Amino acid sequence: MKVKFAGNQDAIAGLIFIALGTIGFVIALKYSFGNSVEMGPGYFPRVLSILLIGFGLLTLVRGLRDGVAMEGIWAWLPLLFITLSIMLFGAAIERLGLAPAVMLLIAASAYAGHEFRLREVAVLAVVMAVFATAVFVWGLRLPYPLFAWNL
Amino acid sequence: MDVLDHIMLGFGVAMSLQNLAYCFLGVLLGTLIGVLPGVGPLVTISMLLPITFGLPPVASVIMLAGIYYGAQYGGSTTAILVNLPGETSSAVTCLDGYQMARQGRAGAALAIAALSSFVAGCIGTILIVALGVPLASWALRFGAEDYFALMLLGLVAASVLTHGDLVKALAMVVLGLLIGLVGTDVNSGVERYTFGLPELADGIGFTVLAVGIFAVSEVVTNLEQKETREVFTKSIGGLMPSWSDIKTAFLPTLRGTAIGSFFGILPGTGPSISSFSAYMVEKKLARDPSRFGRGAIEGVAAPEAANNAAAQTAFIPMLTLGIPGTATMALILGALVMNGIQPGPSVMARSPELFWGVVASMFIGNAMLVALNLPLVGIWVKLLTIPYRWLFPAIILFCALGNYSLNNSAIDVYLCAAVGILGYVFSKLKCPPAPLILGYVLGPMMEENIRRALLLSEGDLSIFWKSPISAILLVISALLLVSMILPAIRAKKEQAYAEG
Repeated sequence: MKVKFAGNQDAIAGLIFIALGTIGFVIALKYSFGNSVEMGPGYFPRVLSILLIGFGLLTLVRGLRDGVAMEGIWAWLPLLFITLSIMLFGAAIERLGLAPAVMLLIAASAYAGHEFRLREVAVLAVVMAVFATAVFVWGLRLPYPLFAWNL
Repeated sequence: MDVLDHIMLGFGVAMSLQNLAYCFLGVLLGTLIGVLPGVGPLVTISMLLPITFGLPPVASVIMLAGIYYGAQYGGSTTAILVNLPGETSSAVTCLDGYQMARQGRAGAALAIAALSSFVAGCIGTILIVALGVPLASWALRFGAEDYFALMLLGLVAASVLTHGDLVKALAMVVLGLLIGLVGTDVNSGVERYTFGLPELADGIGFTVLAVGIFAVSEVVTNLEQKETREVFTKSIGGLMPSWSDIKTAFLPTLRGTAIGSFFGILPGTGPSISSFSAYMVEKKLARDPSRFGRGAIEGVAAPEAANNAAAQTAFIPMLTLGIPGTATMALILGALVMNGIQPGPSVMARSPELFWGVVASMFIGNAMLVALNLPLVGIWVKLLTIPYRWLFPAIILFCALGNYSLNNSAIDVYLCAAVGILGYVFSKLKCPPAPLILGYVLGPMMEENIRRALLLSEGDLSIFWKSPISAILLVISALLLVSMILPAIRAKKEQAYAEG
């Protein structure tokens, strides 16, 4: 059973763990290690980073040996639009206000779906903007302006 | 009677108008999401965490608990009526429940499912009282080293028993522990892994992590495939089960309750494995196993009892020891911490109204669920006609807005998006997210306790096996790990999951 590296589930997972562990270890070098009696702020992070690298290596080796292929496809486009919609919301809420931020989020995230029906999305955006205002501004009394212009 | 006093106190708390309202809201939401496939309790609870922040701790736990056990009821409704498990824990209910519906006995199946769930829910809640009180008073004697060992056992057990690969689960635990370290170190005041961002000085927010890794990545995963939801409704028929149905279902309900209660207390196993196991046991015990899969009422009663009992007893280690066994319990524990309650055995002594109020609300909530599910079943089935393309933008909105509202910080929103990407990549690579959340929640407490233990023993590691409690817990952890390396047992676990 030969699997291409790009589709090798465990090999990629192992690499990610190794990378995160290495980053964690390098950063933790700046914190004092201390000793077992009085652990410094660097003790736990370094031990954990090494553990993570170890488990990552184990996963990588097993991935290269067994070659289990990933299931299904990567949903890159949905991932992109969902991420984008959340970022747009974060960028818009203080600059444009709650209502435009909600509508931007709904429009961009709806684009991640398989069908994009303009009229449906428009209705959904308005309904959700009213709903969000009702729950968060009128209900929970959070001080968000509905509309703003602070670019 | 001490316990009786406490139960009266609990009912006093749970019967207040506000808490009744949150209990009702919780079980209502739970039923709703239980019916909707693709929206589970994990997604909903993480989505609603930021909103519960403004509530008193009792009210928020009552509501979140209601969502969790309410989802177990709702999941069975769609399993029986349209052969779609609303939750994975009701997947086996489809086997016989749907067959009963096709034979025109949908009403009886629904009624038996609700009644066995109710019986199991009440017994599970009684178990919380019966086991919780002695467990908590025993745990009050724990030293720092015992606590460390207990948390280690919790993490090991969750990795071993979770569905999937052990090494990747352990790696996720360690990653979770590391993420838990982000922020200012309480002992030295040093800022760790903050990249100089003041927003990270208090650590990566619990809701940011939970929402990103459960809700956002779940939505993306659901969008991989085109929506294939057939919608049809059929007449349900009389809701009253016959006397012989009740008699046949009685013992399976009790057996299912026992199995579910057992798995609920164990860390890492939840309602799903309970309902599978209960079904297998009934099939083995049956005089005529061929009836299963053709509308056997035992095949509805036992798994429904099991998943509900497990949903209740999962609260035992969380409420009494402060050790969450499942991801959902980690979320509820996180809600407690956010509300300023230090979880652990002292919760019961220090804030009895919390423990007993939540326990009492479970009796009330289970009764509400029977009333909600049986007469209103038609409405729930209609909900299935809501297309996912309307639901997921609303879910994403709650994720973003909820996280923003906690600190009014746009950084939290961006972080949540980033965690969502990570969560999706991990879910594609079959790295389980639950161990990560458990590690994140337990990480700071573990570091605190190991530091304290070694400070007291002056760096002598033998403290971990000189204390009998700690030694036993560490031996169990080691045995669990070793057992997974032995191929025979691993094969058995995989077989158990494959049969499910």
